[in-house]
Amino acid sequence: MPVNRDFHRFVLFSKSLNFISMAKLMLLGDEAIAQAAIDAGISGIYAYPGTPSTEITEFVINSRQAKEGEIHARWSVNEKTAMEAALGMSYAGKRAMVCMKHVGLNVAADAFVNSAITGANGGLIVVAADDPSMHSSQNEQDSRFYGKFAMLPVLEPSNQQEAYDMVLYGFDLSEKLGTPVLLRITTRLAHSRSGVMRMPVRDQNVVKLPANLRQFILLPAIARKQYKTLIAKQHDFEAMSETGGFNQLIAGTDQSLGIITTGIAYNYLMENYPDRRVPFPILKIGQYPLPKSIVEKIYTQCNSLLILEEGYPVVEEMLRGFMNNGKIIHGRLDGTVPFDGELNPNIVAVALGLNNTRGREVPPVVVGRPPSLCKGCPHIYSYNALNQALETWSKGRVFSDIGCYTLGALEPFNAINSCVDMGASITMAKGAADAGLNPAVAVIGDSTFTHSGITGLIDCVNDNSAVTILILDNETTGMTGGQESAALGRIESICIGVGVDPNHIITLNPSPKYHEENLSAIKRELDYQGVSVIVPRRECIQTATRNLKLAKKVKAE
Amino acid sequence: MKRDIILAGVGGQGILSIAAAIGMAALDSGLHLKQAEVHGMSQRGGDVSSNLRIADYEIASDLIPFGQADLIISVEPMESLRYLPYLSESGWLITNTKPFVNISNYPPIEELMKEITSFEKHVALDADELAKGLGSARSANMVVLGAATPYLEIPAEKIREAIRKIFSRKGDDVIKLNVDAFEAGYGFAAGQPG
Repeated sequence: MPVNRDFHRFVLFSKSLNFISMAKLMLLGDEAIAQAAIDAGISGIYAYPGTPSTEITEFVINSRQAKEGEIHARWSVNEKTAMEAALGMSYAGKRAMVCMKHVGLNVAADAFVNSAITGANGGLIVVAADDPSMHSSQNEQDSRFYGKFAMLPVLEPSNQQEAYDMVLYGFDLSEKLGTPVLLRITTRLAHSRSGVMRMPVRDQNVVKLPANLRQFILLPAIARKQYKTLIAKQHDFEAMSETGGFNQLIAGTDQSLGIITTGIAYNYLMENYPDRRVPFPILKIGQYPLPKSIVEKIYTQCNSLLILEEGYPVVEEMLRGFMNNGKIIHGRLDGTVPFDGELNPNIVAVALGLNNTRGREVPPVVVGRPPSLCKGCPHIYSYNALNQALETWSKGRVFSDIGCYTLGALEPFNAINSCVDMGASITMAKGAADAGLNPAVAVIGDSTFTHSGITGLIDCVNDNSAVTILILDNETTGMTGGQESAALGRIESICIGVGVDPNHIITLNPSPKYHEENLSAIKRELDYQGVSVIVPRRECIQTATRNLKLAKKVKAE
Repeated sequence: MKRDIILAGVGGQGILSIAAAIGMAALDSGLHLKQAEVHGMSQRGGDVSSNLRIADYEIASDLIPFGQADLIISVEPMESLRYLPYLSESGWLITNTKPFVNISNYPPIEELMKEITSFEKHVALDADELAKGLGSARSANMVVLGAATPYLEIPAEKIREAIRKIFSRKGDDVIKLNVDAFEAGYGFAAGQPG
């Protein structure tokens, strides 16, 4: 029972440690952000679960302090609704935080980019947790690009304490300049624990509407004005980057090289100097837009530069320019640092030409141990039935989605042929059906269905597309640890509501003893030349075990 | 003083409880600590690891560099070998010898043992068997923790205290089972030559 038990343990860990030291908490980067948001006086947190961001909202949901403060803390149906609700809270004058993984910002992008034009009223922080090296994601996009694209200030902490401090600072910045602020973290900070000192708790805001009640109406005439306001604010944003204290120039004696680090890259640099004395000047970046006068200093001081960024070469590209006719700049673009993947102390050591001693190599006897579906997982039996039902057809007909069931791509199932973005199973199956692939199958989870599957289902209904859609309903958001699923107990009624023929909405029990029954139901619907929805429903084995334990405990007490 | 520790195992085997106990004991001893964990997809029966760093000075990186780990503590034999490039020349390999087999191509245990015992500084014990003998198969992770304790440079009593605190909400029986499991591992390692 990986996720739940471990989660329980680390909650317990933090609590026990709180007991030892009231002043310093041992917090994950995610938890530091959550605690800071509570202490900064937020009135609401909005999010859809996604690794590595999940623990932020989870922490607030489980916080007694948040409960006592009546902070709104509940999962949203997706990142877009979360972003919009947070913007609404900001409109009403209260502080709000919205959290997502990097690809979640794609879903929220419409609201996010336009929130830059409306500006904020109550403080508004958007947290995007990037996942370089794709530990639990389908790409490693860098959210700092979104910040630049939306022309918003971006904060990027280098450690857990800074993550805490930046939330407090970020809310001040947001309210002072009337703007949303993007807080960007990466996996290693999100999921690493270290000591954090708290600050005094601030009161929540009272409801106070914007002075200009047209501020949030982005009709072209108003939007043009608002956009000019945003452009004018860029100077203020940069001024704050110069003076905010999160961009530090650290002197060095050897000016043959200057090093610019962003976020946690600074730690990997320092790790390579055990006495922490780096001979080269360092510019440690933690706030964007880049502070021009400080960057100019290191640029003119040093003969060449090395840029260490956890993510895409954002700063590196800016400093190089398209023509690359200035200083010699090393980084991801010239291969000094690999273009892809997260940084670590060793990559930085190699970039600096320092010692990089490895221990023994992994012996060939060690084999890979990929993640797999849990023993007794209902998805196993859904895939067994689906695979057998499709035996008579050629391969390559199953479009899937994002969740535990994506593990159906691996041995022994080899059951799916796509996993692209939340909800894409239904719409890709539709497109393939339009192209003449028949049967075309979609496999999507219950939570992913409510996140972004319903709209695609309406497209299918309107077109009467020949698609067979399996909504694997394990009654939870399983992959991220068992958060509530937005359509619990309502999948079929939603499908009927958007116009699926009730005769082709079939509920199954994905257990071995119903295999034959399930098989014939799937076969029947594969033959149907219209929209079918099959709902294999059985509770996630993780949450079922957890609930059983809770029930026993309650009974014992 | 510094102790860089790689904790290894399979999702669900309780490596974070080991991290919690060592972490708590370290803080109680006034040391600095950083601990990088693995959450998300790989927890579903895949290999998991945690980087636990303890020092009497401020720690920079959340990740341990290659060749610098003082200990690999693993609750599974094959997993103990997955992180060898991180182990320093003077580092210890501490591992449970009971395989966790959830893949079809799991290697023969003899071959794994050959690799493990090729390290002069190793402690290998069947933690599952020892834990079972004490009546609590689930405490195998505490047996492994006990076996690692002589090499942690943290007094054993601090670790015992931490275990008691971690399990304090679960009642005296659970505390005793876990402390006993710890003692079994500790006794085993203390009786080893080296």
